[in-house]
Amino acid sequence: MVDLPILPLTVTDAVVRRRGKVLVGPISAELETDGLTIVMGPNGAGKTTLLRLLHGMERVSKGQLTWRVPEPAARAAQAFVFQTPILMRRSALDNVAYPLLVHGVAKTEARARAAGWLEKVGLADSGSKPAHVLSGGERQKMALARALIREPQIVFLDEPCANLDGRATREFEDLLAETRAEGTRIVMATHDIGQARRLAEDVWFIHHGRIHEAAPAEAFFATPQTPEARAFIQGDIVE
Amino acid sequence: MNEIVEGLLKAGQLILSLDADLIEISLRSLRVTLTAVLISSVIGLPLGCWLAVRRFRFRRFVIATLNALMGLPPVVVGLIVYILLSRSGPFGVFGLLFTPTAMIIAQVIILTPLIASISHQAIRDLWAEYHDLLISLNTTRRQRIATLLWDGRRALLTAALAGFGRGIGEVGAIMIVGGNIDHATRVLTTAISLETGKGNFALALALGFVLIGLAVAVNLIIHSLSRTERSGRW
Repeated sequence: MVDLPILPLTVTDAVVRRRGKVLVGPISAELETDGLTIVMGPNGAGKTTLLRLLHGMERVSKGQLTWRVPEPAARAAQAFVFQTPILMRRSALDNVAYPLLVHGVAKTEARARAAGWLEKVGLADSGSKPAHVLSGGERQKMALARALIREPQIVFLDEPCANLDGRATREFEDLLAETRAEGTRIVMATHDIGQARRLAEDVWFIHHGRIHEAAPAEAFFATPQTPEARAFIQGDIVE
Repeated sequence: MNEIVEGLLKAGQLILSLDADLIEISLRSLRVTLTAVLISSVIGLPLGCWLAVRRFRFRRFVIATLNALMGLPPVVVGLIVYILLSRSGPFGVFGLLFTPTAMIIAQVIILTPLIASISHQAIRDLWAEYHDLLISLNTTRRQRIATLLWDGRRALLTAALAGFGRGIGEVGAIMIVGGNIDHATRVLTTAISLETGKGNFALALALGFVLIGLAVAVNLIIHSLSRTERSGRW
């Protein structure tokens, strides 16, 4: 893992275009070194594309992203948790160990560290199970452990609790809070206003592929500046 | 109907008496086909995987061609290999015609597209599942292929077994390039063909049952060794 700090990230007039259609942008924003940013917005607003853009999984059609270090080094210090966990056809333990294995860590050490992470996320007894037999909440915890095992400086999470029930969501949020407390920068997309209120330190409200509002969470929820954000917070349908 | 019963009895008799000729041609059948499957797998499995992962200009054309080659007529393959290996052919100097090696070469040509095509289809689906994760983890292309080959190993085993199924029952190409020479290139399928031609239907059927038994046994052994039906779905 990269030792040099990769943040802040500066996004300058970034646009993601696919087959001539603008999916996101133009966007200009800055991700500071510390915090938990919630990316909010209705379905189809562009939250996932924005997160993938920041993580380097979407090509920038126009504009640029500038990390503090060169892009390859920055990529090595990031992780991504997908809305639907991607389950490798392996045991839960080997799923979590995989990122270490592909980055040259010896199998014994990788598995030992994976076991530690599984214990940390409350899956100590599930290491030998095939990943596909885990419950929805367990799968997402396993995916979080897999994302964190290389101790990234920043983690992007794309609506990780969208398919979880209340209890699993609470457990996942506790793990996120721990991760945040340990100094990992978190950027998470959600359209769950309650979750955003519980977790956010600052909020990016995105609509039609553009950031309509970026503000500290308290200010955003108290006095939203745009009619769309106001309507979204009030639970109205935003089109 | 009587001939089928007679064939079954004869097959039992040949097996129980450990008939030397039967053992010899059965072992030769296995050696030729398993060697061909091994070589075809070494070429076809990574090729199928590479085609699933790599994007290049004529990819679709290559895949379509590969799929079309699954239906290669063995007789034509045999004829081409015969010409290439015959004394006047470009590889005639090696003196491989009418040897088990020539039979293996012909089978490799027949089996490789089949194994590559089936493995491509299996790996393509797995790649669709894993794509975002492997990209996100910054894996190299080599690591992606290795991961897909490992995690898709059971589907790939099926591809190899499909190749074995086709190879062990193949007669046209190996008859042409092997020549069905007794104690040299005779295998189960060519022996069946010979005995049928001679009107020895019971013996031909008996060899047929042995061939089927051999194919089933190899499949069962490989499935058992690879624990295909254990470890849950995978």
